Amino acid sequence: MIQNDDAPFGLREFLARAGEPQSRRPWPRVVLDRDQWLGLRDLLKTVDWSFLAIWAEDRIVHAALRDEADGAIGIVSLPCPTNRFPSLGGMRPGALRMERWIKDLTGLVAEDEPDTRPWLDHGTWRLERPLSSAPEERPADREPVPYAFLAAEGPGLHQIPVGPVHAGIIEPGHFRFTANGEVIVRLEERLGYVHKGTQHLMRGKLPEDAARLAGRISGDSTVAHAFAFARAVETALDLEVPIRAVWLRALMAEIERIANHFGDVGAVCNDAAFPLLHAECGFLRERVLQTAQLCFGHRLMMDCVRPGGVSVDLAEEGNAALAKLIPELRRAFAGVVAIYDSKASLLDRTVGTGVTLPALVHRFAAGGYVGRAAGRAVDVRRSPGYAPYEELEFEVPVLPEGDVNARVWIRIREIEQSLRLVEQILVHMPSGPIEVQIPRRGGEGSALVEGFRGDIFTWIRLGEAGRVAACWPRDPSWLQWPLLEAAIEDNIVADFPLCNKSFNCSYSGHDL
Amino acid sequence: MPIATLFARLLVNPRTIDGPAAESDALVQLGERLRQTTRGRLGRSLAIREVDAGSCNACELEIHALNNVVYDIERFGLRFVASPRHADCLLVTGPVTTNMRRALLDTYEATPAPKWVVGVGDCAENCGVFAGSYAVVGPLSSVIPVDLIIRGCPPTPLQLLAGLIALIETSAGRSPRS
Repeated sequence: MIQNDDAPFGLREFLARAGEPQSRRPWPRVVLDRDQWLGLRDLLKTVDWSFLAIWAEDRIVHAALRDEADGAIGIVSLPCPTNRFPSLGGMRPGALRMERWIKDLTGLVAEDEPDTRPWLDHGTWRLERPLSSAPEERPADREPVPYAFLAAEGPGLHQIPVGPVHAGIIEPGHFRFTANGEVIVRLEERLGYVHKGTQHLMRGKLPEDAARLAGRISGDSTVAHAFAFARAVETALDLEVPIRAVWLRALMAEIERIANHFGDVGAVCNDAAFPLLHAECGFLRERVLQTAQLCFGHRLMMDCVRPGGVSVDLAEEGNAALAKLIPELRRAFAGVVAIYDSKASLLDRTVGTGVTLPALVHRFAAGGYVGRAAGRAVDVRRSPGYAPYEELEFEVPVLPEGDVNARVWIRIREIEQSLRLVEQILVHMPSGPIEVQIPRRGGEGSALVEGFRGDIFTWIRLGEAGRVAACWPRDPSWLQWPLLEAAIEDNIVADFPLCNKSFNCSYSGHDL
Repeated sequence: MPIATLFARLLVNPRTIDGPAAESDALVQLGERLRQTTRGRLGRSLAIREVDAGSCNACELEIHALNNVVYDIERFGLRFVASPRHADCLLVTGPVTTNMRRALLDTYEATPAPKWVVGVGDCAENCGVFAGSYAVVGPLSSVIPVDLIIRGCPPTPLQLLAGLIALIETSAGRSPRS
């Protein structure tokens, strides 16, 4: 049994006492028995260990945690011979939807899960429990099963159903608002519409082929997801990639971050009826994408990062174009920021709107600008960190307010930092090969990569022939979507697009 | 500050680029049906309703780019509208997930005739990397009738523009620029 009387008690120490790790790539994974798992659950009431992800294979469930005190990361596993496991959702609410994800895909049930409704499975898939050892076939073209939304009752309340097809050019999802006049009393999200069976498709593929799927988990984070996937594979295989590839990956990741932040800063301003900045930011984003095309042959840099390295080198021409672009962007963006900061009518819409409280952000361990705009100073480029960021200088901006304005400012500051990073990367870019052969062998590994939205956690198991046996990529949106429901409470319906855009969670990244 | 910026903009050349020529193979795809049903009907305007039927959102990013100052799609009479009831044309992305099939069919039904469907991206053509999944219905054409496919993963804004200009120029009965 786990004793919890001797404080301070770290995650590292907990794992050391719990047993011998099954894997150390790159973080220890320890198999617990049921009593130990229940003990851990009890311990989570008092310790400040944040929840990274929970996922499952056939008859075994895994959860990754991070000790906020020292940044230590560890994975615990629980064999589930009867296909059941004690839920962690009660202790770490970020686990709730993921436990429904596990149930829909593998059939493993979280015993005391308060919400037993299916999540990604709308009843239309041709396979039930597709990742379990015995999936059940269903007839094609089934109609979706009706979903029981949570009730909100009281005099004067009315419901506004929105989606899955929205008015703008955005991804599909359903929002069920309950409003009292103009004021939103409850928002309930229903997602899963763009579930494509990505994890099932990855199974049995060679890592370089599965990487194409990883690059299409969320198109706006194609570099970040491919990066996390590649690093998880390389960790599993204990494979070192050429140093130039490591730097090129960081270069692409920062270009992706800059392009997305430009797009979203402009879009937030547009939703606050200020299209001038939308036009300016749209132009800056376009300049970045055109330069990415010149440098890497694809505007979004899709399929450029793959296990073993990168598929395309940066030519001299691209290098020069990037070096020229950075000061141009910096100058132009300073003008945009000056306008944003001086327009009272614009700030009136963004300041104090859609507030996420720091305590809630901490409970959900939300990453990216959602977390950092509400005091959660976590950036996985820093901690646990990965190459080449330890050799680069950058700051991690953090603000306490948690409103739309704070999320805009975090993005503004991150653009500035990423421009700095790109400059440093160009100066220090090492020469040499950009790819190595991937050995064909088995193993398991995980990786954390900071995408523009936040930290992506990817875990992979490769079978003996080196093919993907299981892969669970956890998009940052999983831990951010639930907070949007909280942020919108007591705001007016007309501010929802503004709040939603300031979060800009991925539907596809979440639905997989 | 904005006023100064606006004045400064008056003094520089426009950022908008010239439009591309209509794509010839796109024209072949459109065929006689479009020519007969649309001639003179729409003039040179086309109201487009975008539907994401399961895309990874990369196609949406590039469709968005059509609205930026560089491509400025509205100068060609092409306009994105908020409801299928206002639309002449559905622009559909993604491999059509089983979870989006019903919503796509409903959106198609809600679009008044005459209507056209343009599939965007390799996924719309043949489900792309998602082909064969338990959660994917099949190519767009297996769910609703398709008039034109604009290939690419994702297609660039220029490829999208070329395809859409082909659609509108054919529909207005004008010969495309070569």
